[in-house]
Amino acid sequence: MSTIYNASRRDFLKTSALAGGGLLIGFTLPGAARLAQAAGEFSPNAYIRISTDNQITVICGLSEMGQGVHTAIPMLVAEELDADWSKIKVQQAQADAAFNNPIFGMQATGGSTSVRGHWEPMRKAGAAARAMLVAAAAERWKASPADCRTEKGMVVHKSGKKLSYGQLADAAAKQPVPAEAKLKSAKDFRILGKAAKRLDTPAKVNGSARFGLDVRLPGMLTAVMARPPVPGGKAVSVDESKARAVPGVTQVVQIPGGVAVLAQGYWAAKQGRDALQIKWDDGANAALSSEGVSKMLAEGAAKGGAVGRNEGDAAAPAAKKLEAVYEAPFLAHACMEPMNATVWVKPGEVEVWAGTQSQGPSQGILGQVAGVAPDKVKVNTMYLGGGFGRRFAPDFTIDATLLSKISGKPVQLIYTREDDMKAYFYRPASVTRFVGGLDAGGKPVSFSACIASPSLMEASGFMKLPADGVDEMAVEGIRDCPYDFPNLRVEYARREPGVQVWFWRSVGHSQNLFFIESFIDEMAAAAGKDPYEFRRGLLGKQPRYKGVLELAAQKAGWGKPLTAGVHRGIAVAQSFGSYVAEVAEVSVGKDGKVKVHRVVSAVDCGMTVNPEIVKRQIESAIVYGLSAALYGRITFKDGKVEQSNFHDYPVLRMDEMPRVEVHIAASTEAPGGIGEPGLPPLAPALANAIFAATGKRLRKLPIDSGDLKQA
Amino acid sequence: MITLSVNGKKVSVGDSPDTPLLWVLRDTLGMTGTKFGCGMALCGACTVHLDGNPVRSCSTPVSAAAGKKITTIEAMAGNPVGKAVQAAWVKHDVPQCGYCQSGQIMGASALLEQNSKPSDADIDAAMSGIICRCGTYNQIRAAIKDAAQAMSKGGAA
Repeated sequence: MSTIYNASRRDFLKTSALAGGGLLIGFTLPGAARLAQAAGEFSPNAYIRISTDNQITVICGLSEMGQGVHTAIPMLVAEELDADWSKIKVQQAQADAAFNNPIFGMQATGGSTSVRGHWEPMRKAGAAARAMLVAAAAERWKASPADCRTEKGMVVHKSGKKLSYGQLADAAAKQPVPAEAKLKSAKDFRILGKAAKRLDTPAKVNGSARFGLDVRLPGMLTAVMARPPVPGGKAVSVDESKARAVPGVTQVVQIPGGVAVLAQGYWAAKQGRDALQIKWDDGANAALSSEGVSKMLAEGAAKGGAVGRNEGDAAAPAAKKLEAVYEAPFLAHACMEPMNATVWVKPGEVEVWAGTQSQGPSQGILGQVAGVAPDKVKVNTMYLGGGFGRRFAPDFTIDATLLSKISGKPVQLIYTREDDMKAYFYRPASVTRFVGGLDAGGKPVSFSACIASPSLMEASGFMKLPADGVDEMAVEGIRDCPYDFPNLRVEYARREPGVQVWFWRSVGHSQNLFFIESFIDEMAAAAGKDPYEFRRGLLGKQPRYKGVLELAAQKAGWGKPLTAGVHRGIAVAQSFGSYVAEVAEVSVGKDGKVKVHRVVSAVDCGMTVNPEIVKRQIESAIVYGLSAALYGRITFKDGKVEQSNFHDYPVLRMDEMPRVEVHIAASTEAPGGIGEPGLPPLAPALANAIFAATGKRLRKLPIDSGDLKQA
Repeated sequence: MITLSVNGKKVSVGDSPDTPLLWVLRDTLGMTGTKFGCGMALCGACTVHLDGNPVRSCSTPVSAAAGKKITTIEAMAGNPVGKAVQAAWVKHDVPQCGYCQSGQIMGASALLEQNSKPSDADIDAAMSGIICRCGTYNQIRAAIKDAAQAMSKGGAA
């Protein structure tokens, strides 16, 4: 998953003249080529449109969910094109195999892959377009291209003559595509590495940005569904008479996902849904309880499982042995925009409007639901009101497609907040058992971990558990433990409590780094060492981990005195190709209430496309991680989810927001991901600070302030 | 029929009196800038002004808005405080996913209408009811202070 694709195809470009004049350039990425029907076929993967009025439009196949991809991708193009940034616009592409994400091999946004996957191909597209504009200008001037340079949307001849890209667009479209598009060296970057303003901000401050819920179609009906209160349950009888009596309700439809009420507008649909009288068969999960899940996972972690990494003999004797069991709960994503999709099934074709992270796979899935070929499914990606992995799932688009197919009308399916919270796509619960060994001098000699959790790979529907039986996502962040332990063993015990699990910001790292970085702190304490120095001493072979650890410690003033009552904790992690260390400064009240004063973060994400977006994404992930660590938990009782809305699934609010500092380490490495890597070190830095403050080691999330109360 | 004043215009709607104002705005009037987040006045995404006061439109029956001045995000550019707030939001590049930002801007402009120099505690009190899952709170705080400063210099317009 983390392989960086290195585009090296020579003849990857083709051009076509725009109907209205101008230059349109597309290129084929290997991800798309892998799926292409015939070798040598050029299906365009992304486009640059230069119009005669100097407007440059970058058409982006990736979903904008706050991570800034609709700014970062145009920056990559604009840099090599030598464009005038103020003339750049971005446009969302429709779903098309040509826009496949080169890392996934399908059109989808997630896994912090966008910049990693498109770093080189997007720049090559810009560079090729630039070369063609130069060639067109040279031809017009009867000059050598070598005597021409480009700057801010102009080709400039050494004599001082200038032509704008718009003036050259028509002629450039007739130029042959260069075989090799030479890329700039990083020292010549004018746009990359600088804090360009986000292109989506203006529409997001005046209410005009259109999210999935904002789609309005003529004749559209709104659907609200009653879903089984227990996962896997089924409606055995439905009395719809009261629902039909609600003014505005037009139809009640039963589909596998539940019972839907279709109406004119949300309020009538919701009133109708609430008036349904349904008898449910709760099915196999009727007795599901969080206590049962914890017990099942703890048994797995104690028993052991498939071996994911084994070096030396982790069971070797040691002067001192520590053992600890950690636990993390199921979590909901709680995106601000509840799940929704608008679908219109017409004869032979389907049109979809949705905030989705997986428009590519949606074509195949929804085509199957509607009975049309994937290329007859037109997917319009709207702005996403938060994604965090949740909008990778197809549940809401499938149900909306069925409802449109059955009703024959365009249907907007809306989950209420409660439906969204209870929709069973959760970050897996997990229990991990560690054993660590220290020699008489406090030096670590052995480390073993057994992680018990459901398999996300199997749950995804597009991955399979590998032959070794180790789910890659269940063990990520622990299996790749960077510390210098001579004897090390990591095992995975798959346990399936019957809950649909799903990707959640930073995936397995979200809980596993809490586990391992807390346990490392336990080992440091047992060794009588400073937790920062202890880690540092074990990272001699890991310069990038060590670099961010040192930078965060230095910027936070590690070891220096703090205000009375405030304590520090530290943690370091690598995920999605980026390295992040965080220091949390925390105080704990007599009532056990935890206050986070400041988080200092150091990040090495390789070369930076937009440092301001990098900082904001790290801060965003810190807030998301803090919400989860302090409050996040989805629990089950008698098969039912106990949480429903923001009163019983609280998230961080303005008055709890700590100061956040993000320091970016200079790097010439290829870019890493940035949407997720800020999250994993937050929970352990926080828990380690709480240990420093109270002497209490928290091994279960969310943090229970009752546990921290001073007698 | 219920007669409403929305952004200075009189409109008549046939919705039942208990319909939340949010859905009258979004579904009946097609004004989608005001967002649905929770339906229980817990998240603030649906914040609008009623006679200048911030209210959660998801939990305000349309009948309660009759006879009052309803102001939504769509009218903020035409209001001196709203314009200053939007300019500060752009300057600080506040939004990420952007979904909560209509509510944040409505909350911030109501605060600044009533308190032209809010302290951190004032900002906490006015803004803690409006959730942002992208975690833009520090940028919101900075933008509110910036807007306050711009207004004090007469730079609101």
